[in-house]
Amino acid sequence: MIDHDEGPAPGGLISRWFVSGVRGLVQVVLAFAAGLPLFILSVVSFALILVGVGVFLLPPVLRALRTLADQQRAWAAEWSGVRIPAPYRPDPRPSGNPFRGLARLLGDPATWRDVLWSLLNVPVGLLLGLLPAAMVVYGVEGMLVAPWIGGVADYGWGPFWTLDDWGFVGIAGSVVLGALLVVIGLPLGPRILNAHALFNRSLLSPTRAALERRVQELTATRSETVDASAAELRRIERDLHDGAQARLVALSMNIGLAEELMKHDPEAAQRLLAEAREASGTALTELRDLVRGIHPPVLAERGLDGGVRALALSLPLPVDVTIELAGRPEAPVESAAYFAVAEMLANVAKHSGAQRAWIDVHHSGGALKMIIGDDGTGGADPAAGSGMRGIERRLAAFDGTMVVTSPPGGPTVVTMELPCALSSPRTLPSSGTD
Amino acid sequence: MRVVIAEDLALLRDGLIRLLEAFQFEVVEAVDNGPSLLRALTAHRPDVAVVDVRLPPTFTDEGLRAALEARKEIPGLPVLVLSQHVEQLYARELLSDSSGGIGYLLKDRVSDVSQFVDAVRRVAAGGTALDPDVVAQLLTRRAREEPLQALTPREREVLELMAEGRSNAAIAAKLFITEKAISKHTNNIFGKLNLPPSEDDNRRVLAVITYLNA
Repeated sequence: MIDHDEGPAPGGLISRWFVSGVRGLVQVVLAFAAGLPLFILSVVSFALILVGVGVFLLPPVLRALRTLADQQRAWAAEWSGVRIPAPYRPDPRPSGNPFRGLARLLGDPATWRDVLWSLLNVPVGLLLGLLPAAMVVYGVEGMLVAPWIGGVADYGWGPFWTLDDWGFVGIAGSVVLGALLVVIGLPLGPRILNAHALFNRSLLSPTRAALERRVQELTATRSETVDASAAELRRIERDLHDGAQARLVALSMNIGLAEELMKHDPEAAQRLLAEAREASGTALTELRDLVRGIHPPVLAERGLDGGVRALALSLPLPVDVTIELAGRPEAPVESAAYFAVAEMLANVAKHSGAQRAWIDVHHSGGALKMIIGDDGTGGADPAAGSGMRGIERRLAAFDGTMVVTSPPGGPTVVTMELPCALSSPRTLPSSGTD
Repeated sequence: MRVVIAEDLALLRDGLIRLLEAFQFEVVEAVDNGPSLLRALTAHRPDVAVVDVRLPPTFTDEGLRAALEARKEIPGLPVLVLSQHVEQLYARELLSDSSGGIGYLLKDRVSDVSQFVDAVRRVAAGGTALDPDVVAQLLTRRAREEPLQALTPREREVLELMAEGRSNAAIAAKLFITEKAISKHTNNIFGKLNLPPSEDDNRRVLAVITYLNA
């Protein structure tokens, strides 16, 4: 039980037991009302793949099962302090081809473990769910009810059946054993709930193989990211060295020379100063472009919302912008999202021949979703353009995905997803000044 | 002419004060953060304010927001906004109430002192001063559209200068042609863009900007 934090339910012994009892009963209801039907539905839909209907039936069923499993993961953490990471492979919404989406779902071992869990959880969930409440309730019954009813009705408790046959020993025994059951059952309730969480973890967390594959993925994306950022830093260094820095050197030389010439040849000095001012303007423009490429000021000031709107305004065609964000993602995610949208919009302007474009940015299901579409000629191929490949890499560093549908003749729709959380809406202070 | 300055970098703030005072402006207050700017603007009601977009405490667009806020309280309060970068998005917000008295320039432009002082005076008089970069962005966005393509290169040049907020006289001086020629160009431009003609410089500028911003 290494993942146990401190007992999550606050309060005294009895209130902790009560909470665990209620939660256990919730689990029982859920196992029968949701888990079992979903298990049956998935088996039936799987069989129906043979007649074709299953192809369309199975994915929503499996997704519903994932929702149920995710609920279990959330409860395990919240109720028992048992962390169960979601094991699913990144799932770009299958657009168009239903077979590919299904193959992706069925190819994920986590899907099969979900199904197995939904079956095993029926008996296990029933047992572990009822136990916390049942032990104590039965113990109380032994303590309080048995002595009164023992002589009146044909009644028994625990091993003493019927009480009449046991006489005084039966009554005393059921009181003592009942009390014992209550004493054991009260502290045990939350632990039984924890045991259920551990059972859930055994099936709902990633397998070792999945973790190993994940490590490989992370290693690959990390080295790509490191390479890309090193290359980026080299480019910035070169730009500064050959650009602004060189211009400032020339500038200070010009000013120094002008200083010398001031007395003898004021006219030449004035010419040099005018040149110097021009050079400073060029240096500033270069620095501005460089800053825009590193972290656009409008993104720092207005977040993704303002950044994307500013991008849309800079396009030579009308762009409908819909942005619904309740807060801001982490700065690195925000930046990756911004540059992804910027690249896609640049593609729209350069290659699509579109008359109109649209952007939809929103956050749902724990991911930032950015959908960019245009009415252009289509035929965009993510494998062909280095720009799109770069965006894929940038998104992959955050487990993000990109799906491009661009049939010849259009329209093109690019869907990008970045798993992330949003912070509360406030302006993030950043260093530096304008 | 009474001016309020908002700039958080002391070096630039002092430079602006010195520059404006050299041209007989009276700097009534120079502040270095957003909240004090709003207070200074509503308290002094200056003839014009020169405001940096990015100010403490958030170092985001504090200055811009304070200026817009002040203009809500004092409609038409002349504000010249300075920034290290110009954004059409911000230009839109500044111009949205279309009551004039708005300037939006790159900080670099301050180095051309006479042009800059001219811009401050123009804004104070209820005119407009848009950075050439903003105008260029506006034109790029509409470049593919019919009416703009129908303009001759000269008319386009005049349109750009007009969108920057310059009067006919100033445009004439800049392009080395007569004012009469300019007003012929402007009439052509207004005809091609289907805008109602107007003799008033400020109103004409606003009409052009509104058209480009649409």
